[in-house]
Formats: sequence, C-alpha cells, structure tokens
Amino acid sequence: MSKQLNVVVVGNGMVGHHFVEQLANLRESAEQVNITVLSAENRLAYDRVHLSEYFAGKTAQDLALTDESTYHDWQIDFRTNAKVTTIDRQQQQITTEVGETFSYDKLILATGSYPFVPPIPGGDQSHCLVYRTIDDLESIKSSASSSKVGVVIGGGLLGLEAANALKELGLQTHVVEFAPQLMAVQVDTGGGRLLKSKIEELGVQVHTSKATQVIEKGESCRYRLVFADGETLETDLVLFSAGIRPYDNLGRENDLVLGERGGIVINSQCQTSDENIYAIGECALYENMIYGLVAPGYSMAKVAAKHVLDSTSETVFEGADMSTKLKLMGVDVGSIGDAHAKTQGALTYTYENQPEGVYKKIVVSSDKTLLLGAVLVGDTSEYDSLLQYMLNAIELPESPEALILPMAADKPMLGADALPNTATICSCLNVTKGDIVAAVDGGACSVADVKSCTKASTGCGGCAALLKDVVDKELESRGVEVKKDICEHFAYSRRELFDIVKVEKITSFEQLIEKHGHGLGCEICKPTVGSILASVWNDYILDSNKVPLQDTNDTFLANMQKDGTYSVVPRIPGGEITPDKLITIGEVAKKYSLYTKITGGQRIDLFGARVDQLPDIWQELVDAGLETGHAYGKSVRTVKSCVGSTWCRYGVQDSVGMAIDIENRYKGVRAPHKVKFAVSGCTRECAEAQSKDFGVIATDKGWNLYVCGNGGMKPRHADLFATDLDDETLIKYIDRIFSFYIQTGDRLQRTSVWMENLEGGLEYLQKVIIDDHLGICDELEKQMASIVGKYQCEWKTTLENPESLKRFRQFVNSDKTDSNIQFVTERDQIRPATLAEKKAGELGGNIEIVDLTSNESPSESSKQAVAVMED
Amino acid sequence: MTQALKEQTVNKDWVTLCGIQDLVANSGICALVAKPSEQGEQLEKQIAIFSIPDSEEKVFAVDNFDPIGKANVLYRGIVGSNNGEPIVASPLYKQQFSLKTGTCIQEEAEIGAYPARIQDQAIQVYI
Repeated sequence: MSKQLNVVVVGNGMVGHHFVEQLANLRESAEQVNITVLSAENRLAYDRVHLSEYFAGKTAQDLALTDESTYHDWQIDFRTNAKVTTIDRQQQQITTEVGETFSYDKLILATGSYPFVPPIPGGDQSHCLVYRTIDDLESIKSSASSSKVGVVIGGGLLGLEAANALKELGLQTHVVEFAPQLMAVQVDTGGGRLLKSKIEELGVQVHTSKATQVIEKGESCRYRLVFADGETLETDLVLFSAGIRPYDNLGRENDLVLGERGGIVINSQCQTSDENIYAIGECALYENMIYGLVAPGYSMAKVAAKHVLDSTSETVFEGADMSTKLKLMGVDVGSIGDAHAKTQGALTYTYENQPEGVYKKIVVSSDKTLLLGAVLVGDTSEYDSLLQYMLNAIELPESPEALILPMAADKPMLGADALPNTATICSCLNVTKGDIVAAVDGGACSVADVKSCTKASTGCGGCAALLKDVVDKELESRGVEVKKDICEHFAYSRRELFDIVKVEKITSFEQLIEKHGHGLGCEICKPTVGSILASVWNDYILDSNKVPLQDTNDTFLANMQKDGTYSVVPRIPGGEITPDKLITIGEVAKKYSLYTKITGGQRIDLFGARVDQLPDIWQELVDAGLETGHAYGKSVRTVKSCVGSTWCRYGVQDSVGMAIDIENRYKGVRAPHKVKFAVSGCTRECAEAQSKDFGVIATDKGWNLYVCGNGGMKPRHADLFATDLDDETLIKYIDRIFSFYIQTGDRLQRTSVWMENLEGGLEYLQKVIIDDHLGICDELEKQMASIVGKYQCEWKTTLENPESLKRFRQFVNSDKTDSNIQFVTERDQIRPATLAEKKAGELGGNIEIVDLTSNESPSESSKQAVAVMED
Repeated sequence: MTQALKEQTVNKDWVTLCGIQDLVANSGICALVAKPSEQGEQLEKQIAIFSIPDSEEKVFAVDNFDPIGKANVLYRGIVGSNNGEPIVASPLYKQQFSLKTGTCIQEEAEIGAYPARIQDQAIQVYI
C-alpha cells in the first residue's frame, strides 16, 4: 500500500481497546496503518466488567487492560484527557476540547455509554452518585466512609453489582426497583422472586414496585427517598443504576443517522451512515438493538478492524447472543436466549425448589424440538449444556424437562462428541469447536496450548470444563494419551500410585512425594494417598504422619456440616440395635443438645457437635460399647437390611445376620469412594439392595449377588453377578471384587463408573473373579484379609491417644467456644442459624438464638434467648 | 495461656499465641487473639496457625474465618502447595488460600495473613 492509512479511534474503553489490539495485529506495519487513540478519561482502557473488584482491593493498575508502554511498543499514537468535540466530515478531521485536531481516513466511534439518571427532584445532591468509571468508584468510596446506609436505585444486573459493592463497603444496603421484580431483562417473574429472597437472605433489603418521587433531607440519615405510594426510606448515599444510554452525541451533532431512542445506527460491517465512520460497542445500534455486553462489542471491534483494512472483508456482525451467566452476591444466575418465552407458540417447563433456593425454566419451541431460552437461579450447573442446545439448534431429548430436573436418571449428557464443529465453545471470544479441532490439528496438544492459540476460555472462563472435554476427546481420537495425573504434585493416576505404594512398600506421604512427586501436596493428592495407605496397610489413620493427609471428616472422625460443626454417627451394624444402646444414643444427644435424625442407611445421626465436644461425646458412646460408624470416610458405610426370615412371613434367609456379618467384616475399609451394601431377605427387596455397590438378595437356595449399583446423583441399578451362592462363596466373591476395585479404581470413582470403564464390563469382571482368569484371586483375597484383620475403632484409638486429640481443641490458648456457631430451634430441635438470623440476633432482634454454651437442652436454654426487636 | 492474651496492645506487635508443642506438623491449629480496638471495644479474632516444617517459613498465620463458607474452619483444612505457593484448602468447599498473602486462588476472596515466627519454643504472630 503506497499511502499511509490514518485511523482515529475515539474512546478507549474495553471495546475501543479491543479494536486497537485487533487492528495493530492485523496491519502489516505501523507505516501501513497509523493508529491514533483518544481517551476522554485520564487513563487508558481498563476492565469495566470486573470494576466492582476495585472495592475488594484491586487497584486501577490491576484492572488495566493496557498501559502506555504497550501502546508505545505497538506504535500507537494516544492521548488521555482528550475529549472529542467536533467532527468535520468534509475535511475528515476531528477536534478535541483543547483544540487539537487530527485527520482521519477512517474514524472509529467507541464512545460507549453513560449511566442514566432518572430526573428525580433532589437527585443531583452531593451523595447521589453513579457506578460506571474508576472515578465514580472513588467518589462512592469517599461518600461511603461517612455513610451508614446506602440505596441503589435500579435492580438490574449492574444495580445488584453496585449493591454488592455498597455491602462490601460495610453499608446497610437497600435496592429500590421500579418494576415488580429484579433483573427483569434477564429473568422471569419466578426467577426474580427467588433472586429477591436469596439476596435478602444476604442482608440486602429489596424494595420492588417502588417509584422514587423525590429525594429530600432525611431525619435519621442524610436523605429520605419518598416513593409514589407514600412510603419512605432513609439513606446516606444514593447510587443510580437505572440503565445505560448510548454516548451518541458525536453522531447526533454531526448528522449521522441515529435510532429513535438513541444509538448510532450501523450496518453489518459496523459502518455508520458515513462510510468512513464506524461505530462499535455500546454507542452503536444494530438492527434496533444496543448490545450492553462486552462480548458483542468485541465482535463488532473485530468486524470493524477487518473492514477498515479491507473493504471487501466478508466478516460481518450479525447480532449476538445475550445469554449471561454470573454470580451476583454469591447467587448464581443464568439467562439464555428467549428467557421470557416471547416467541410465538413457545412452551415452558419450570422447576422450583424453594427450600433449596433453586429456580429453573426452559423455553422450547411449539414442537418441543428446540431450546429457545432458559432462566436459572440458584444453580447454573446446566447453563453450558443448555446454551449449546440453543446456539447450535441441537434437537432436544424426548422429555426436555429432564434437562433441568434434579436426579433425572436419563439426563442427556451433552458431551464434546454431540457438538457440531460450528458449536461455539467460548462465547466471550467466539471460539468454535472447529477452531479447537483446527488448533489440535495444528499441533496443540494440551488445554494450555489450545488456550494460547485460540484464546478460548481466557474471558470469563465459564467454558473451561467444556473446553477440556473437547480437547481431551480430540486428542484421544488422534491416539494421544490424555494425562490422568491426579494433580500438579504427582504425574500418576491413583492406580499407578497404588502400585507404587504397594511394590515399594511405602508407608508415608513424605516418602512417596520425595521419590515420585514434588511440592507440598494438596487437598487432592493428600487424601488420595491417605486412602491408598489405609487400603494397603490399614494403619491407624490419625498417626501423626497421616493426620495432615486427611480431609476434615477423616481428621475429626465426623462429618463437617455447613456451619463448621460436626455430625456424629455410631455404627449400628445391619440396623440392629439394643434398647440400651438406643437409650445411650438418646441420652448423649440430649446431654449435648444435638439434633437427631434417623438416616437413610438405618443409623442415627447426631448433629451440631462442636469440634471440641467430639471427644467427650465419643467417650460416652465408646464406653457404652458403640463404635465409630465411619460415616465420614471414603470407606464402607452401611449395610442396610430388612428383618429377613427371623421375623418376616416372606423372608427366606436371615438377612439381618448376613448384614451384620458383612458390616463387621468390612467396616472401616478405605476405598476410592464410599461403599454401601444391603441385604434383602427375599425378592421383595425391602432393603433396596439393587441400588448399592454390593447388593445381596436371598433366594431359597442361597444368595444372589448384585454389584456396582448406586443411588445418588446418577443412579444405576446393580448388575446380577452370581446366583444362589452359599455364605462362604458370597463373602469370597465380595472380598475379591472389593479388593480389585480398591486397587484399580480411580480417585473418587464409584464402583458403577469403575465397572463401566472396565473393558468387557460385567463379563470381564465375572471372568476375573469367578474363573480367576488373571490368576490374581489369591492375592486379592490376601489383601482383603490383611485389611480386615487390622480393624480398629478409630474413635477408641483416638481417645486413648492425647497427641491425636490436639486438633480437637477450638483454640490452643483459650477455653472459649466459637461464637460464630449459633443455633435456633425448629420443630423442637436445633438447626444452624442463617446469616440473617445471626445478624438479627446481634442487633437484638426477635430471633431466638439458642445458647448452648452451658450444654443445656434447647427447651431450657431458649428461655434465656436474646432480646426483642422493635419491628 | 491467658498470659498471652494480656500481653497484647492496640499497636501491631509480635504476640505469643502458643508453644511449639501445640503445633501439629503439616497441619493447623487455632488460637484466639483478643485486642482492644481503637475505640476501646474488646475484639476477638481467630487465627489459624499452620506448621510446615519443610517450608522456608516453618509456620504461617492466617484468619481462621472462611469468607466463602462463612465459618471458622480454616485451621481444619489440608495444607499443601499450588505452583510452589504454600496454601490451605478450606475444609468446607475446598478453595485454596495462599498462606503467604491470604489471597484465594480459585475465587474472588481474601483472608488476613500475618507474619509468624518461632521464638524460644513459642509461636509468635505479628498482628
């Protein structure tokens, strides 16, 4: 090209900067294209999407997308504090506020948008602010330092983010929304209702259907908002977040075509009505739509950059998907496509679980074959999958509701294989499956490689799991072995580590990591190695060198609950218990004020024990002859049973006796995952044995053994492994299968998945176990015999060992208890207080916080419960 | 042990929280720090103390409160490393926190991290 092309970019927000980056990459040299950037702000582009992190301690520098030296390196001519005031379209020249002029061949308007402030009388006072730039945040911070209460006007996405910021600044926070619900653009009424209650649970008060009429002087606070319905709200700080308006005045003043409600109209090449002027990002209007998200802005930047260099470029902007997934104040929210079911004939499926705080809706076409939209609140785990269905018009399964119902057995898994090459994997940077396949073809051989050459998953990162899936599948299909390393510290799978431990007779994590790993380990490899050591040697798991390996449940021999307290579960083999033992459990529960519940596995759960109470509680249980139930470990849990032939009219074998024998044989055995058993006395299957890892069902000739079933998230019926076994053979087979699973299973792999991954499946397993095809049965039985021969009640051992009780103290230097553990009563028993209840309790509210510090029963202590609240 | 609590002042200082015999190697314990605030109210803070004999620092001190799980549990987490950085993984939801800086590696969250040292058989934290 002979003549140098002068490109001037007005605006240096995220989109403006992305354009500069694209153009600087695409041009052949700085001599070919001269780029000038004018920023009205006093700093270069920064990440506005993560603006609120500024309050969490990020600096302007952390948020910066570029810096002066980068622009120097790219040979970009740039000015900050350079607001453009006029465009001379004839002369192709622009002038800034200070009178500097620049000539252009191509002009890019990336001026973005500004926050809309509704014309409310009193809304222009000094502590009425907006939330848009780093400077705005500075003002908010300084205002907050002299404020106690803050109100955000506007309950959209940005408004909630702003509310979170106020909350983080320590203000008592309110959100006022004109519409009857929050986030009306992205979610529907049901989702909005749930969102509101979740956000209120976090201590932010939400006022919907409220129109603010005037902001006047307050009595208890700086200001008072007066609503149309006459109600009022006092606040020290007002933050407007009532939507954005395109910053289109340059277009307006220079006769570019605008939309009816603003926005500079562009075509699919992002050109405005003047072919030498482009508009991109939030100042641009494409087919009557302003795209207020960064991803479409980036697409426009890409299209415009290509077109500026080559007017025959065929890359076009065709609108963008506005689906979003985000975490607002810790609440997961997802919105896909036609969330409001506005499409003609659209049908919806809704699932709402109020106790769990989950709301899900899908919108499908009238013939139920295509997904049109979705709303997810409280659980967005299906977001990626649903988005792929919509974006790629993948045909829906026969019962589309299975996509959002929990525990739907036939929930279709939309794996990498099901996606067409056109499927968008990373929507932030618009990377398709085809791009990834091409990258793998081009030599990329890891997720990191693919990331660096396609940029996939470098935006919000929400597609990371899917990306890994696609890359792994592509690599596998090319015969490349995909690494199964358990974590960064060991380049081995669980099975390989198991073999190493066994063959080299390794007995500690230190030995193993020194010889075969590196670093200090982590929460993945340590418990895995702990489990392997337990399976191979079955030593006491709280030996001083094994304590650091255990997950909290194993360390404290109890299950940690959400508030940091533990549950206590004594073993009740086969579900059979004497009245004396039952009374002991009841007495202990009463003495320590524990919540009591019968479990699904025929045991008794005692909840709400503080870590420092565990040894005392267990001392009493152990003294009464009870043992730990191993309810905490990746180990044998329960053996469920029916009453069998001893009592039942139909029972054909003694199922209780068999269940007790099995439980006593395998109790405490560590495995890759928890393992459950059940024994039914006849084919009526009252113990539900076929949903267990090992299920035993009595026949009139003996026992039928079922293997590798499970309940839970992805239920699987167990397979019939062998029939009419006598007692001895039954145990022999279980020994062998269990031992084989322990040695070859992957970390956290259930028996069901383990068997599905065995080449040859059930038949192969039968050959190995029954026919001893591999000649390893002797070894398998020996291994199991050595583990079961070393059983000990871990609690009993622990109580005898003062050294291992060290960690059971809440504080090493005080006898106080953790004041953050608070309970309230519900249905005559304790439960953990919610955050809101704790807060209300602190403020002296009408919440009864149960005082358990003196170990009194709830009924007595609730009498001394705290205070009253005025309203 | 109440001795230790008395010695503390408003200003930042090396505070003795326990003795080395209280440590659990490659694992955590918890101590309570009581300090009057500038307004004179008595504030209590739970500090998780980790002993990693193989590290350069030997001992680390961070807040015990898990800001994600919202419970005082971090001392009960597993310690380890992430790319060489010493970490503790919360026992509740497994996010890792740097023992040096208190920054959460997987999510936007942060806890206080305090210099810690072993001085004449005592564990001291600068707080």
